[in-house]
Amino acid sequence: MAAVPALCVTDLRKTYDNKTEALKGVSLSVQPGDFFALLGPNGAGKSTLIGIVSSLVNASSGSVSIFGVDRFANREAAMRLLGLVPQEINFNMFEKPFDILVNYAGFYGVPRAEAEARAEQQLKLAQLWEKAQVMSRTLSGGMKRRLMIARAMMTNPRLLILDEPTAGVDIEIRRGMWKLLREINAAGTTIILTTHYLEEAENLCRNLAIIDKGRIVEQGPMRALLAKLDVEGFVFDIEGTLPTALPVIDGVKLTAENDHTLVVEMPREMDLNRVFEAFQQAGITVRSMRNQVNRLEELFVRLTNKDAA
Amino acid sequence: MSAPDTNAARVPASPNPNWTAFRTIVRREVTRIVRIWGQTLVPPAITMTLYFLIFGKLIGSKIGGMSVEGVTLSYMDFIVPGLVMMSVIMNAYGNISSSFFGAKFGRHVEELLVAPLPNWVILGGYVAGAVLRGFMVGAIVLIVAMFFTEVRVHDWFATVSTVLLGAVIFSLAGFVNAVYAKKFDDVAIIPTFILTPLTYLGGVFYSASLLPPWAEAATHANPIFYMVNGFRYGLLGVSDVPLWTAYAVMLGFVVALTWLALRLLQRGVGLRS
Repeated sequence: MAAVPALCVTDLRKTYDNKTEALKGVSLSVQPGDFFALLGPNGAGKSTLIGIVSSLVNASSGSVSIFGVDRFANREAAMRLLGLVPQEINFNMFEKPFDILVNYAGFYGVPRAEAEARAEQQLKLAQLWEKAQVMSRTLSGGMKRRLMIARAMMTNPRLLILDEPTAGVDIEIRRGMWKLLREINAAGTTIILTTHYLEEAENLCRNLAIIDKGRIVEQGPMRALLAKLDVEGFVFDIEGTLPTALPVIDGVKLTAENDHTLVVEMPREMDLNRVFEAFQQAGITVRSMRNQVNRLEELFVRLTNKDAA
Repeated sequence: MSAPDTNAARVPASPNPNWTAFRTIVRREVTRIVRIWGQTLVPPAITMTLYFLIFGKLIGSKIGGMSVEGVTLSYMDFIVPGLVMMSVIMNAYGNISSSFFGAKFGRHVEELLVAPLPNWVILGGYVAGAVLRGFMVGAIVLIVAMFFTEVRVHDWFATVSTVLLGAVIFSLAGFVNAVYAKKFDDVAIIPTFILTPLTYLGGVFYSASLLPPWAEAATHANPIFYMVNGFRYGLLGVSDVPLWTAYAVMLGFVVALTWLALRLLQRGVGLRS
Protein backbone atom coordinates (compact mmCIF):
# COMPACT_ATOMS: atom_id res chain seq x y z
CA MET A 1 0.00 0.00 0.00
CA ALA A 2 1.37 3.40 -0.98
CA ALA A 3 2.41 5.69 1.85
CA VAL A 4 0.04 8.54 2.55
CA PRO A 5 1.69 11.71 1.21
CA ALA A 6 2.80 14.20 3.82
CA LEU A 7 1.28 16.87 1.61
CA CYS A 8 -1.02 16.37 -1.34
CA VAL A 9 -2.18 19.43 -3.26
CA THR A 10 -4.55 18.97 -6.19
CA ASP A 11 -5.54 21.57 -8.76
CA LEU A 12 -5.21 24.40 -6.25
CA ARG A 13 -6.31 27.80 -7.47
CA LYS A 14 -6.31 31.19 -5.85
CA THR A 15 -7.58 34.47 -7.23
CA TYR A 16 -7.29 37.45 -4.90
CA ASP A 17 -9.97 40.14 -4.58
CA ASN A 18 -7.93 42.39 -6.87
CA LYS A 19 -8.27 39.67 -9.57
CA THR A 20 -4.62 38.60 -9.30
CA GLU A 21 -4.46 34.92 -10.18
CA ALA A 22 -1.75 33.71 -7.81
CA LEU A 23 -2.23 29.95 -8.31
CA LYS A 24 -3.48 28.47 -11.58
CA GLY A 25 -4.10 24.83 -10.77
CA VAL A 26 -1.14 23.69 -8.69
CA SER A 27 -0.76 19.98 -7.98
CA LEU A 28 1.99 18.73 -5.74
CA SER A 29 2.83 15.66 -3.71
CA VAL A 30 5.44 15.43 -0.96
CA GLN A 31 6.31 12.05 0.51
CA PRO A 32 6.70 11.40 4.25
CA GLY A 33 10.25 11.99 5.50
CA ASP A 34 11.21 14.04 2.47
CA PHE A 35 13.27 17.22 2.50
CA PHE A 36 11.50 19.06 -0.29
CA ALA A 37 12.39 22.35 -1.96
CA LEU A 38 9.71 24.64 -3.32
CA LEU A 39 11.43 27.16 -5.53
CA GLY A 40 10.26 30.04 -7.62
CA PRO A 41 10.96 33.69 -8.35
CA ASN A 42 9.32 36.48 -6.36
CA GLY A 43 5.58 36.57 -6.97
CA ALA A 44 5.52 33.01 -8.35
CA GLY A 45 2.90 31.88 -5.83
CA LYS A 46 5.07 30.12 -3.21
CA SER A 47 3.81 32.11 -0.24
CA THR A 48 0.20 31.87 -1.42
CA LEU A 49 0.55 28.09 -1.66
CA ILE A 50 2.08 27.91 1.82
CA GLY A 51 -0.57 30.30 3.12
CA ILE A 52 -3.37 28.06 1.87
CA VAL A 53 -1.76 24.91 3.27
CA SER A 54 -1.32 26.57 6.66
CA SER A 55 -4.83 28.13 6.59
CA LEU A 56 -3.64 31.73 6.48
CA VAL A 57 -5.05 32.21 2.97
CA ASN A 58 -8.44 31.08 1.65
CA ALA A 59 -8.30 28.96 -1.49
CA SER A 60 -10.53 29.64 -4.49
CA SER A 61 -10.73 25.95 -5.41
CA GLY A 62 -8.79 22.70 -5.25
CA SER A 63 -7.89 20.37 -2.43
CA VAL A 64 -5.14 20.06 0.16
CA SER A 65 -4.50 17.17 2.50
CA ILE A 66 -1.83 16.75 5.14
CA PHE A 67 -1.01 13.11 5.89
CA GLY A 68 -4.38 12.26 4.36
CA VAL A 69 -6.34 14.74 6.49
CA ASP A 70 -8.40 17.15 4.40
CA ARG A 71 -7.24 20.64 5.27
CA PHE A 72 -10.57 22.24 4.30
CA ALA A 73 -13.01 19.68 5.72
CA ASN A 74 -11.02 18.95 8.88
CA ARG A 75 -8.87 22.04 9.44
CA GLU A 76 -8.17 21.49 13.12
CA ALA A 77 -6.93 17.91 12.72
CA ALA A 78 -4.81 18.93 9.72
CA MET A 79 -3.26 21.87 11.56
CA ARG A 80 -2.18 19.60 14.42
CA LEU A 81 0.20 17.91 11.97
CA LEU A 82 1.73 21.09 10.62
CA GLY A 83 4.42 23.47 11.81
CA LEU A 84 5.03 26.74 9.98
CA VAL A 85 8.06 29.01 9.94
CA PRO A 86 6.86 32.01 7.94
CA GLN A 87 8.91 34.42 5.91
CA GLU A 88 8.17 37.43 8.11
CA ILE A 89 8.87 37.56 11.83
CA ASN A 90 5.48 36.95 13.41
CA PHE A 91 5.93 36.58 17.14
CA ASN A 92 5.13 39.21 19.73
CA MET A 93 8.26 41.33 20.07
CA PHE A 94 7.19 42.34 23.58
CA GLU A 95 7.17 38.80 24.90
CA LYS A 96 10.08 36.69 26.08
CA PRO A 97 11.17 33.72 23.94
CA PHE A 98 10.23 31.30 26.70
CA ASP A 99 6.71 32.74 26.95
CA ILE A 100 6.32 32.79 23.16
CA LEU A 101 7.03 29.07 22.99
CA VAL A 102 4.91 28.12 25.99
CA ASN A 103 1.93 30.15 24.75
CA TYR A 104 2.25 28.72 21.25
CA ALA A 105 2.10 25.18 22.63
CA GLY A 106 -0.86 26.24 24.74
CA PHE A 107 -2.76 27.24 21.60
CA TYR A 108 -2.33 23.62 20.47
CA GLY A 109 -3.70 22.37 23.77
CA VAL A 110 -0.37 21.29 25.25
CA PRO A 111 -0.63 21.42 29.07
CA ARG A 112 1.46 24.19 30.62
CA ALA A 113 3.91 21.97 32.54
CA GLU A 114 4.59 19.94 29.40
CA ALA A 115 4.89 23.14 27.34
CA GLU A 116 7.46 24.59 29.74
CA ALA A 117 9.58 21.44 29.58
CA ARG A 118 9.42 21.43 25.79
CA ALA A 119 10.23 25.15 25.61
CA GLU A 120 13.43 24.58 27.57
CA GLN A 121 14.34 21.66 25.31
CA GLN A 122 13.65 23.56 22.08
CA LEU A 123 15.41 26.74 23.20
CA LYS A 124 18.48 24.71 24.09
CA LEU A 125 18.40 22.94 20.72
CA ALA A 126 18.17 26.32 18.99
CA GLN A 127 20.98 27.65 21.21
CA LEU A 128 18.69 30.31 22.62
CA TRP A 129 18.35 29.13 26.20
CA GLU A 130 20.49 32.00 27.50
CA LYS A 131 18.08 34.42 25.82
CA ALA A 132 14.96 32.72 27.15
CA GLN A 133 14.00 35.57 29.46
CA VAL A 134 14.97 38.64 27.42
CA MET A 135 12.51 40.66 25.36
CA SER A 136 12.41 39.01 21.97
CA ARG A 137 12.75 42.34 20.15
CA THR A 138 16.34 42.49 21.42
CA LEU A 139 17.31 39.25 19.63
CA SER A 140 19.48 39.40 16.52
CA GLY A 141 18.03 38.53 13.10
CA GLY A 142 19.47 35.02 13.18
CA MET A 143 18.19 34.41 16.70
CA LYS A 144 14.70 35.51 15.69
CA ARG A 145 14.77 33.02 12.81
CA ARG A 146 15.92 30.24 15.12
CA LEU A 147 13.24 31.19 17.60
CA MET A 148 10.60 30.74 14.93
CA ILE A 149 11.94 27.26 14.12
CA ALA A 150 11.96 26.39 17.82
CA ARG A 151 8.39 27.66 18.11
CA ALA A 152 7.22 25.53 15.20
CA MET A 153 8.91 22.48 16.73
CA MET A 154 7.09 22.96 20.06
CA THR A 155 4.21 20.84 18.78
CA ASN A 156 6.48 18.22 17.24
CA PRO A 157 4.87 18.60 13.79
CA ARG A 158 4.98 15.80 11.25
CA LEU A 159 5.22 18.33 8.43
CA LEU A 160 7.35 21.44 8.83
CA ILE A 161 7.11 24.22 6.24
CA LEU A 162 9.82 26.86 6.20
CA ASP A 163 9.31 29.92 4.04
CA GLU A 164 12.75 31.41 3.40
CA PRO A 165 14.04 30.65 6.91
CA THR A 166 17.58 31.83 6.22
CA ALA A 167 16.76 35.08 4.45
CA GLY A 168 19.08 37.85 5.54
CA VAL A 169 21.23 35.82 7.93
CA ASP A 170 24.98 35.44 7.57
CA ILE A 171 26.57 32.27 6.23
CA GLU A 172 27.74 31.00 9.63
CA ILE A 173 24.25 31.19 11.11
CA ARG A 174 22.81 29.78 7.89
CA ARG A 175 25.05 26.73 8.13
CA GLY A 176 24.04 26.31 11.77
CA MET A 177 20.41 26.38 10.69
CA TRP A 178 21.09 23.81 7.95
CA LYS A 179 22.50 21.50 10.61
CA LEU A 180 19.44 22.02 12.76
CA LEU A 181 17.09 21.35 9.86
CA ARG A 182 18.97 18.21 8.84
CA GLU A 183 18.63 16.92 12.42
CA ILE A 184 14.90 17.70 12.43
CA ASN A 185 14.47 15.89 9.12
CA ALA A 186 16.59 12.94 10.26
CA ALA A 187 14.34 12.62 13.30
CA GLY A 188 11.40 11.92 10.97
CA THR A 189 9.84 15.30 10.25
CA THR A 190 8.98 15.98 6.64
CA ILE A 191 10.31 19.39 5.61
CA ILE A 192 9.23 21.70 2.82
CA LEU A 193 11.63 24.56 2.27
CA THR A 194 11.37 27.65 0.13
CA THR A 195 14.51 29.64 -0.34
CA HIS A 196 16.18 32.06 -2.68
CA TYR A 197 19.56 30.51 -1.90
CA LEU A 198 19.58 27.76 -4.48
CA GLU A 199 22.76 26.17 -3.18
CA GLU A 200 20.84 25.78 0.09
CA ALA A 201 18.13 23.80 -1.67
CA GLU A 202 20.73 21.76 -3.55
CA ASN A 203 22.59 20.96 -0.34
CA LEU A 204 19.57 20.11 1.79
CA CYS A 205 16.75 18.81 -0.36
CA ARG A 206 16.14 15.48 -2.08
CA ASN A 207 13.16 16.52 -4.18
CA LEU A 208 11.98 19.82 -5.53
CA ALA A 209 9.25 21.63 -7.38
CA ILE A 210 9.69 24.86 -9.25
CA ILE A 211 6.71 27.15 -9.39
CA ASP A 212 6.44 30.06 -11.78
CA LYS A 213 3.53 32.39 -12.48
CA GLY A 214 1.19 30.25 -10.41
CA ARG A 215 2.06 26.93 -12.09
CA ILE A 216 4.40 24.07 -11.24
CA VAL A 217 6.90 24.04 -14.12
CA GLU A 218 9.07 21.18 -12.87
CA GLN A 219 8.85 18.60 -10.14
CA GLY A 220 10.89 15.55 -9.21
CA PRO A 221 14.06 14.27 -7.56
CA MET A 222 16.84 16.85 -7.31
CA ARG A 223 19.44 14.58 -8.96
CA ALA A 224 17.19 13.70 -11.89
CA LEU A 225 16.36 17.33 -12.53
CA LEU A 226 19.97 18.43 -12.32
CA ALA A 227 20.97 15.63 -14.68
CA LYS A 228 18.76 17.25 -17.31
CA LEU A 229 21.25 20.05 -17.49
CA ASP A 230 23.57 19.69 -20.42
CA VAL A 231 26.11 22.04 -18.89
CA GLU A 232 28.32 21.28 -15.93
CA GLY A 233 30.35 23.75 -13.91
CA PHE A 234 33.71 23.41 -12.14
CA VAL A 235 35.69 25.81 -10.02
CA PHE A 236 39.52 25.57 -10.33
CA ASP A 237 41.95 26.98 -7.74
CA ILE A 238 45.11 27.95 -9.62
CA GLU A 239 48.71 27.87 -8.40
CA GLY A 240 50.06 31.43 -8.63
CA THR A 241 48.13 33.95 -10.69
CA LEU A 242 46.16 33.48 -13.88
CA PRO A 243 47.64 34.66 -17.20
CA THR A 244 46.11 37.80 -18.69
CA ALA A 245 44.90 35.89 -21.74
CA LEU A 246 42.89 32.82 -20.83
CA PRO A 247 43.09 29.78 -23.10
CA VAL A 248 40.32 29.36 -25.66
CA ILE A 249 38.58 25.96 -25.71
CA ASP A 250 35.77 25.22 -28.14
CA GLY A 251 32.38 24.99 -26.41
CA VAL A 252 33.81 25.91 -23.00
CA LYS A 253 33.20 29.13 -21.13
CA LEU A 254 36.05 30.28 -18.88
CA THR A 255 35.51 33.02 -16.32
CA ALA A 256 38.21 34.36 -14.02
CA GLU A 257 36.53 34.92 -10.67
CA ASN A 258 39.75 36.48 -9.31
CA ASP A 259 43.53 36.18 -9.87
CA HIS A 260 43.65 32.53 -8.82
CA THR A 261 40.12 31.16 -9.32
CA LEU A 262 38.75 30.04 -12.65
CA VAL A 263 35.16 28.98 -13.30
CA VAL A 264 34.70 26.54 -16.17
CA GLU A 265 31.31 25.74 -17.73
CA MET A 266 31.44 22.90 -20.23
CA PRO A 267 29.09 20.45 -21.99
CA ARG A 268 28.36 17.39 -19.85
CA GLU A 269 29.54 14.98 -22.54
CA MET A 270 32.89 16.74 -23.01
CA ASP A 271 36.08 15.09 -21.73
CA LEU A 272 37.58 17.04 -18.83
CA ASN A 273 41.08 16.09 -20.02
CA ARG A 274 40.70 18.57 -22.88
CA VAL A 275 40.44 21.34 -20.32
CA PHE A 276 43.50 20.11 -18.41
CA GLU A 277 45.50 19.92 -21.64
CA ALA A 278 44.56 23.48 -22.54
CA PHE A 279 45.53 24.63 -19.05
CA GLN A 280 48.90 22.89 -19.34
CA GLN A 281 49.60 24.57 -22.68
CA ALA A 282 48.71 27.95 -21.19
CA GLY A 283 51.00 27.36 -18.20
CA ILE A 284 48.15 27.13 -15.71
CA THR A 285 48.76 24.77 -12.80
CA VAL A 286 45.67 23.51 -11.02
CA ARG A 287 45.97 23.30 -7.24
CA SER A 288 42.45 21.96 -6.61
CA MET A 289 39.04 21.75 -8.24
CA ARG A 290 35.44 21.30 -7.14
CA ASN A 291 31.96 21.10 -8.64
CA GLN A 292 30.21 24.38 -9.00
CA VAL A 293 27.33 24.21 -6.50
CA ASN A 294 24.96 26.50 -8.32
CA ARG A 295 23.81 23.97 -10.91
CA LEU A 296 20.33 24.37 -9.51
CA GLU A 297 20.51 28.06 -10.21
CA GLU A 298 21.15 27.25 -13.85
CA LEU A 299 18.13 24.95 -13.96
CA PHE A 300 16.00 27.49 -12.13
CA VAL A 301 16.89 30.31 -14.48
CA ARG A 302 16.21 28.16 -17.52
CA LEU A 303 12.82 26.99 -16.31
CA THR A 304 11.56 30.31 -15.05
CA ASN A 305 12.84 32.29 -18.03
CA LYS A 306 11.26 30.10 -20.70
CA ASP A 307 8.64 32.67 -21.56
CA ALA A 308 11.10 35.52 -21.65
CA ALA A 309 13.54 33.62 -23.83
CA MET B 1 -6.67 7.63 -2.88
CA SER B 2 -4.88 6.36 0.19
CA ALA B 3 -6.65 6.20 3.52
CA PRO B 4 -5.99 9.04 5.98
CA ASP B 5 -3.05 8.40 8.28
CA THR B 6 -4.75 7.92 11.61
CA ASN B 7 -1.48 7.79 13.50
CA ALA B 8 -1.72 11.50 13.17
CA ALA B 9 -0.69 14.25 15.56
CA ARG B 10 2.43 13.97 17.66
CA VAL B 11 1.25 16.85 19.87
CA PRO B 12 0.84 15.76 23.48
CA ALA B 13 -2.48 17.58 23.85
CA SER B 14 -4.38 17.82 27.13
CA PRO B 15 -7.72 15.99 27.50
CA ASN B 16 -9.47 19.27 26.71
CA PRO B 17 -7.20 21.16 24.29
CA ASN B 18 -9.72 23.94 23.64
CA TRP B 19 -9.91 24.75 27.34
CA THR B 20 -6.10 24.79 27.55
CA ALA B 21 -5.96 27.12 24.53
CA PHE B 22 -8.65 29.38 26.01
CA ARG B 23 -6.75 29.67 29.30
CA THR B 24 -3.54 30.39 27.40
CA ILE B 25 -5.12 33.32 25.54
CA VAL B 26 -6.65 34.70 28.74
CA ARG B 27 -3.38 34.33 30.63
CA ARG B 28 -1.51 36.12 27.85
CA GLU B 29 -4.05 38.95 27.89
CA VAL B 30 -3.95 39.35 31.67
CA THR B 31 -0.14 39.27 31.63
CA ARG B 32 -0.22 42.07 29.09
CA ILE B 33 -2.66 44.13 31.17
CA VAL B 34 -0.53 43.77 34.28
CA ARG B 35 2.76 44.30 32.41
CA ILE B 36 1.62 47.68 31.09
CA TRP B 37 -0.35 48.63 34.22
CA GLY B 38 0.69 52.26 33.79
CA GLN B 39 -1.37 52.36 30.58
CA THR B 40 -4.18 50.02 31.55
CA LEU B 41 -5.02 50.42 35.25
CA VAL B 42 -3.70 53.80 36.43
CA PRO B 43 -5.24 56.24 33.90
CA PRO B 44 -8.87 55.30 34.68
CA ALA B 45 -8.19 55.71 38.40
CA ILE B 46 -6.81 59.23 37.84
CA THR B 47 -9.55 60.23 35.39
CA MET B 48 -12.34 58.99 37.64
CA THR B 49 -10.82 60.65 40.72
CA LEU B 50 -11.07 63.94 38.79
CA TYR B 51 -14.66 63.19 37.76
CA PHE B 52 -15.63 62.48 41.37
CA LEU B 53 -13.83 65.59 42.56
CA ILE B 54 -15.08 68.03 39.93
CA PHE B 55 -18.53 66.70 39.05
CA GLY B 56 -19.38 64.91 42.28
CA LYS B 57 -17.91 67.26 44.89
CA LEU B 58 -17.61 70.73 43.37
CA ILE B 59 -20.43 70.89 40.81
CA GLY B 60 -22.56 68.24 42.55
CA SER B 61 -22.74 70.33 45.73
CA LYS B 62 -24.36 73.16 43.70
CA ILE B 63 -26.76 70.80 41.87
CA GLY B 64 -28.14 69.16 45.00
CA GLY B 65 -30.07 65.89 44.61
CA MET B 66 -31.08 63.83 41.57
CA SER B 67 -34.51 62.20 41.58
CA VAL B 68 -35.06 58.74 40.12
CA GLU B 69 -38.30 56.78 40.53
CA GLY B 70 -39.33 59.29 43.22
CA VAL B 71 -36.15 58.68 45.24
CA THR B 72 -33.81 61.64 45.66
CA LEU B 73 -30.13 60.75 45.64
CA SER B 74 -27.10 62.94 46.29
CA TYR B 75 -25.45 63.82 42.98
CA MET B 76 -22.29 61.99 44.02
CA ASP B 77 -24.27 58.80 44.74
CA PHE B 78 -26.10 59.20 41.44
CA ILE B 79 -22.99 59.41 39.25
CA VAL B 80 -20.98 56.60 40.90
CA PRO B 81 -22.69 53.72 39.01
CA GLY B 82 -22.47 55.55 35.70
CA LEU B 83 -18.79 56.37 36.10
CA VAL B 84 -17.96 52.80 37.12
CA MET B 85 -19.86 51.40 34.14
CA MET B 86 -18.26 54.00 31.84
CA SER B 87 -14.80 52.87 32.98
CA VAL B 88 -15.67 49.22 32.55
CA ILE B 89 -16.99 49.49 29.01
CA MET B 90 -14.31 51.95 27.84
CA ASN B 91 -11.53 49.71 29.14
CA ALA B 92 -13.04 46.46 27.91
CA TYR B 93 -13.42 48.00 24.47
CA GLY B 94 -9.97 49.59 24.49
CA ASN B 95 -8.29 46.41 25.69
CA ILE B 96 -9.58 44.09 23.01
CA SER B 97 -9.39 46.56 20.14
CA SER B 98 -5.78 47.50 20.85
CA SER B 99 -4.65 43.99 21.76
CA PHE B 100 -6.23 42.21 18.81
CA PHE B 101 -5.32 44.92 16.33
CA GLY B 102 -1.78 44.91 17.77
CA ALA B 103 -1.66 41.16 17.15
CA LYS B 104 -2.80 41.74 13.57
CA PHE B 105 -0.33 44.56 13.06
CA GLY B 106 2.56 42.58 14.57
CA ARG B 107 1.35 39.47 12.69
CA HIS B 108 1.43 37.30 15.81
CA VAL B 109 -2.29 36.74 15.33
CA GLU B 110 -1.02 34.17 12.80
CA GLU B 111 0.00 32.01 15.78
CA LEU B 112 -3.70 31.66 16.51
CA LEU B 113 -4.83 31.37 12.91
CA VAL B 114 -2.57 28.41 12.12
CA ALA B 115 -3.32 26.67 15.42
CA PRO B 116 -5.99 23.95 15.58
CA LEU B 117 -8.37 26.29 17.36
CA PRO B 118 -12.08 26.78 16.73
CA ASN B 119 -12.98 30.43 16.23
CA TRP B 120 -15.05 30.59 19.40
CA VAL B 121 -11.96 29.85 21.48
CA ILE B 122 -10.08 32.78 19.93
CA LEU B 123 -13.05 35.09 20.42
CA GLY B 124 -13.79 33.78 23.92
CA GLY B 125 -10.19 34.15 25.03
CA TYR B 126 -9.89 37.74 23.89
CA VAL B 127 -13.33 38.68 25.28
CA ALA B 128 -12.51 37.09 28.64
CA GLY B 129 -9.25 39.06 28.80
CA ALA B 130 -11.07 42.30 28.04
CA VAL B 131 -13.83 41.56 30.55
CA LEU B 132 -11.22 40.90 33.22
CA ARG B 133 -9.63 44.27 32.52
CA GLY B 134 -13.10 45.84 32.76
CA PHE B 135 -13.62 44.18 36.15
CA MET B 136 -10.15 45.23 37.38
CA VAL B 137 -10.75 48.85 36.39
CA GLY B 138 -14.31 48.76 37.73
CA ALA B 139 -13.03 47.55 41.10
CA ILE B 140 -10.37 50.29 41.16
CA VAL B 141 -12.94 52.98 40.37
CA LEU B 142 -15.30 51.63 43.02
CA ILE B 143 -12.47 51.81 45.56
CA VAL B 144 -11.78 55.42 44.49
CA ALA B 145 -15.51 56.17 44.86
CA MET B 146 -15.37 54.96 48.46
CA PHE B 147 -13.16 57.97 49.28
CA PHE B 148 -15.99 60.28 48.19
CA THR B 149 -19.17 58.52 49.28
CA GLU B 150 -20.50 55.42 50.96
CA VAL B 151 -20.80 52.69 48.31
CA ARG B 152 -23.63 50.23 48.99
CA VAL B 153 -24.78 47.23 46.98
CA HIS B 154 -28.54 46.90 46.75
CA ASP B 155 -28.62 43.76 44.56
CA TRP B 156 -25.43 41.72 44.06
CA PHE B 157 -26.80 39.71 41.15
CA ALA B 158 -27.87 42.81 39.21
CA THR B 159 -24.59 44.56 40.03
CA VAL B 160 -22.31 41.77 38.83
CA SER B 161 -24.45 40.65 35.89
CA THR B 162 -24.88 44.13 34.41
CA VAL B 163 -21.13 44.82 34.64
CA LEU B 164 -20.47 41.44 33.06
CA LEU B 165 -22.93 41.98 30.22
CA GLY B 166 -21.74 45.55 29.62
CA ALA B 167 -18.13 44.42 29.49
CA VAL B 168 -18.95 41.51 27.18
CA ILE B 169 -20.93 43.74 24.78
CA PHE B 170 -18.15 46.28 24.44
CA SER B 171 -15.46 43.59 24.24
CA LEU B 172 -17.31 42.10 21.30
CA ALA B 173 -17.75 45.53 19.72
CA GLY B 174 -14.03 46.23 20.21
CA PHE B 175 -13.18 42.90 18.61
CA VAL B 176 -15.28 43.71 15.55
CA ASN B 177 -13.58 47.11 15.36
CA ALA B 178 -10.13 45.48 15.51
CA VAL B 179 -11.04 42.95 12.82
CA TYR B 180 -12.01 45.71 10.40
CA ALA B 181 -9.21 48.11 11.40
CA LYS B 182 -6.38 48.53 8.91
CA LYS B 183 -4.38 51.13 10.84
CA PHE B 184 -4.15 52.36 14.43
CA ASP B 185 -6.34 55.38 13.58
CA ASP B 186 -9.19 53.01 12.78
CA VAL B 187 -9.03 51.68 16.33
CA ALA B 188 -9.17 55.20 17.82
CA ILE B 189 -12.01 56.57 15.66
CA ILE B 190 -14.87 54.50 17.13
CA PRO B 191 -14.13 55.31 20.81
CA THR B 192 -13.67 59.02 20.01
CA PHE B 193 -16.62 59.63 17.73
CA ILE B 194 -19.13 56.98 18.81
CA LEU B 195 -18.34 55.43 22.18
CA THR B 196 -17.60 58.63 24.12
CA PRO B 197 -20.71 60.54 22.92
CA LEU B 198 -22.90 57.49 23.62
CA THR B 199 -21.43 57.20 27.10
CA TYR B 200 -21.92 60.87 27.98
CA LEU B 201 -25.47 60.77 26.60
CA GLY B 202 -26.27 57.46 28.28
CA GLY B 203 -27.53 58.79 31.60
CA VAL B 204 -24.23 58.77 33.45
CA PHE B 205 -24.54 62.36 34.64
CA TYR B 206 -28.30 62.93 34.58
CA SER B 207 -31.60 61.12 34.82
CA ALA B 208 -33.37 60.67 31.49
CA SER B 209 -36.54 61.96 33.15
CA LEU B 210 -34.98 65.44 33.18
CA LEU B 211 -34.81 65.53 29.38
CA PRO B 212 -37.45 66.87 26.99
CA PRO B 213 -39.61 64.04 25.56
CA TRP B 214 -37.76 63.77 22.22
CA ALA B 215 -34.38 63.60 23.92
CA GLU B 216 -35.64 61.06 26.43
CA ALA B 217 -36.93 58.91 23.57
CA ALA B 218 -33.58 59.21 21.79
CA THR B 219 -31.78 58.17 24.96
CA HIS B 220 -33.74 54.92 24.94
CA ALA B 221 -32.03 54.04 21.66
CA ASN B 222 -28.64 54.21 23.38
CA PRO B 223 -27.48 50.78 24.61
CA ILE B 224 -25.23 52.32 27.26
CA PHE B 225 -28.32 53.86 28.89
CA TYR B 226 -29.54 50.34 29.75
CA MET B 227 -26.19 49.23 31.10
CA VAL B 228 -25.82 52.29 33.30
CA ASN B 229 -29.34 51.98 34.64
CA GLY B 230 -29.07 48.24 35.19
CA PHE B 231 -25.91 48.80 37.21
CA ARG B 232 -27.46 51.78 39.01
CA TYR B 233 -30.28 49.49 40.07
CA GLY B 234 -27.73 46.98 41.36
CA LEU B 235 -26.01 49.57 43.54
CA LEU B 236 -28.81 51.96 44.47
CA GLY B 237 -32.06 50.08 43.79
CA VAL B 238 -33.36 52.74 41.35
CA SER B 239 -33.37 52.86 37.56
CA ASP B 240 -34.82 54.95 34.73
CA VAL B 241 -35.87 51.73 32.92
CA PRO B 242 -37.39 48.43 34.06
CA LEU B 243 -34.66 45.92 34.86
CA TRP B 244 -36.01 43.27 32.49
CA THR B 245 -35.83 45.76 29.61
CA ALA B 246 -32.19 46.45 30.42
CA TYR B 247 -31.39 42.72 30.46
CA ALA B 248 -33.31 42.08 27.23
CA VAL B 249 -31.44 44.86 25.40
CA MET B 250 -28.06 43.74 26.73
CA LEU B 251 -28.61 40.07 25.94
CA GLY B 252 -29.80 41.03 22.47
CA PHE B 253 -26.56 42.91 21.86
CA VAL B 254 -24.49 40.00 23.19
CA VAL B 255 -26.16 37.55 20.81
CA ALA B 256 -25.98 39.85 17.77
CA LEU B 257 -22.35 40.88 18.30
CA THR B 258 -21.22 37.31 19.06
CA TRP B 259 -22.81 36.13 15.81
CA LEU B 260 -21.15 38.97 13.88
CA ALA B 261 -17.70 38.41 15.41
CA LEU B 262 -17.79 34.66 14.77
CA ARG B 263 -18.98 35.22 11.22
CA LEU B 264 -16.09 37.61 10.59
CA LEU B 265 -13.62 35.08 11.98
CA GLN B 266 -15.11 32.29 9.91
CA ARG B 267 -14.85 34.33 6.72
CA GLY B 268 -11.40 35.55 7.72
CA VAL B 269 -12.32 39.20 7.16
CA GLY B 270 -9.23 41.32 7.76
CA LEU B 271 -7.30 38.21 8.80
CA ARG B 272 -7.10 35.74 5.94
CA SER B 273 -6.67 36.95 2.38
